[in-house]
Amino acid sequence: MLEIKHIYKTFNPGTVNEKRALSNLGLSLDSGDFVTVIGGNGAGKSTMLNLIAGVYACDNVAGSSIVLDGTDVTKEPEYRRARFMGRVFQDPMRGTAAGMEIQENLAMAYRRGKRRGLRWGITRQEKEIFHEKLKVLGLGLENRMSSKVGLLSGGQRQALTLLMATLRKPKLLLLDEHTAALDPKTAKNILSLTHEIVTRDSLTALMVTHNMRDAIRYGNRLIMMNEGSIIFDVSGEEKKKLAVEDLLKKFEEASGAELANDRMLLA
Amino acid sequence: MSFLLTMGNAAAQGVLWSIMTLGVYLTFRLLNFADMTVDGSFATGGAVAAVAVNGGMNPLLALLLSLLAGIACGAVTGFLNTKLKIPALLAGILTMIALYSINIRILGGPNVSLVNVRTVFSAVPGSPMGSTFLVGALTAALMVALMYWFFGTEVGSSIRATGDNEYMVRAFGVNTNTMVMIGLMISNGLVALSGGLIAENQGYGDANMGIGTIVIGLASLIIGEVLFGNRFNFVYKLCSVIVGSILYRMIIGFVLFLGLESSDLKLLTAIVVAVALSVPVIVKKFPGKAAAVNTVEKSEDAGADASK
Ligand SMILES: Nc1ncnc2c1ncn2[C@@H]1O[C@H](COP(=O)(O)OP(=O)(O)OP(=O)(O)O)[C@@H](O)[C@H]1O
Ligand SMILES: [Mg+2]
Repeated sequence: MLEIKHIYKTFNPGTVNEKRALSNLGLSLDSGDFVTVIGGNGAGKSTMLNLIAGVYACDNVAGSSIVLDGTDVTKEPEYRRARFMGRVFQDPMRGTAAGMEIQENLAMAYRRGKRRGLRWGITRQEKEIFHEKLKVLGLGLENRMSSKVGLLSGGQRQALTLLMATLRKPKLLLLDEHTAALDPKTAKNILSLTHEIVTRDSLTALMVTHNMRDAIRYGNRLIMMNEGSIIFDVSGEEKKKLAVEDLLKKFEEASGAELANDRMLLA
Repeated sequence: MSFLLTMGNAAAQGVLWSIMTLGVYLTFRLLNFADMTVDGSFATGGAVAAVAVNGGMNPLLALLLSLLAGIACGAVTGFLNTKLKIPALLAGILTMIALYSINIRILGGPNVSLVNVRTVFSAVPGSPMGSTFLVGALTAALMVALMYWFFGTEVGSSIRATGDNEYMVRAFGVNTNTMVMIGLMISNGLVALSGGLIAENQGYGDANMGIGTIVIGLASLIIGEVLFGNRFNFVYKLCSVIVGSILYRMIIGFVLFLGLESSDLKLLTAIVVAVALSVPVIVKKFPGKAAAVNTVEKSEDAGADASK
């Protein structure tokens, strides 16, 4: 499904601020994999997701490639790759247009990967579809479809973004700490909603989280990153048996340091 | 001249200028792009129409030519910004400055007078004021209708969304550069059309006629917003833009009537914009009034339900 080979990313090359964020990164996902990603501050998790999404191009190194479902997207701009991907960001403001109505946002998402022309931006049938989809969220948003998204709470916005990202089934769902800005209860709800949608639609997903327990509880595979590479990759039965202590020990073994992430929840 | 006649003429002028304000509304409010091209493209529209009409072209076709010229101006700013990555403000200023030279080339000198030629206004029977009103109102109504339609389409929605949150729009597969380009082209097309109308109406095209247009546009926009609030649907907003433009001209007409020199107008316009922009700051200082602003914001939500 996703095949990443020999990816490097250096920010501000040739300056004093030069920073290698990813180093010879390789990753291969099977269709239906739900992978959780953990790692310390600055390990390169967000950078990896951004490179897959095409926010930045990767360094021009021979042999670098990002292949999605048989299509080489390494050189494609972000908006072109969007036809394959749904994304939810850490910042609830990032995934929706605040000044536009809930239904207008959904109509935007409904056209992901489609050509946009001079047809009406939202049709009556679509409104009905959106109504049904919003109902499933159980937040009552189906009765406020023409309210501006800016009036929603962070949790409501993240739920909406999640719905938008998966409205057209994506080949790959990228979630970058999408519950980190929410209060614990809301975060839990959004996380179980994520789990529900990913399993219901059998999506292939990469989910960055700073919560080790969540990383173990959700998904069928877990990867740990450090200094721009994957240092631990575990799946199946072995993953289910993991405990937080195992992860900490693994990290020390692989990196020779203690796992430090100021937002990491150990308990 | 009687007071009423002065005011009537000012209002009629305002309708012609409102087409320009619609363009400024598009970039500044919908696309969130501070486009300074306007001062140049307005004069380009005027220059093109003046030269074309003098050359014997049908005055209506001449306006179409103005519109196309404006679209080209917008494309230049769009190219500088999206392809060459020049910041929005500077990209617009560069085009504006370049256009000053180009406009003199088009005019073949600093200005061109229309002598004894047919214009869209002379084609309409009635007083000059009446024909100005009629032509202006028809054009404005047509533009409002077109904008209402266009910004409801898929591309139009994408342009609005680009102005709101470009990250989100890219994540959903829209080339935001293209949206910025289209927005700038339409906006400057409207501005140049307005310039063409003004040139035909006043009977000359002038390389300097665009100076301060952007500030006039902003002043008109803000006057409309302050009076009408940020409520209700899109058509209502477009209409508030037009009323704002008319009121701006009437304010100017009024102070001229009081005896100010027309060279004082730029100062006055700048003051109007500065005062209007500082309204939120002033309101914050007086908590009693802040409540009123909150109600406006709430009714914006209520109003959103009424919008399309
Ligand atoms: N746009 C950028 N410009 C310069 N440096 C950057 C940029 N984005 C990331 N970096 C650097 O790249 C490294 C990896 O950052 P990244 O955001 O991928 O880490 P992360 O694993 O997501 O960390 P966190 O847990 O803090 O979110 C960091 O050192 C960061 O400072
Ligand atoms: Mg991160």
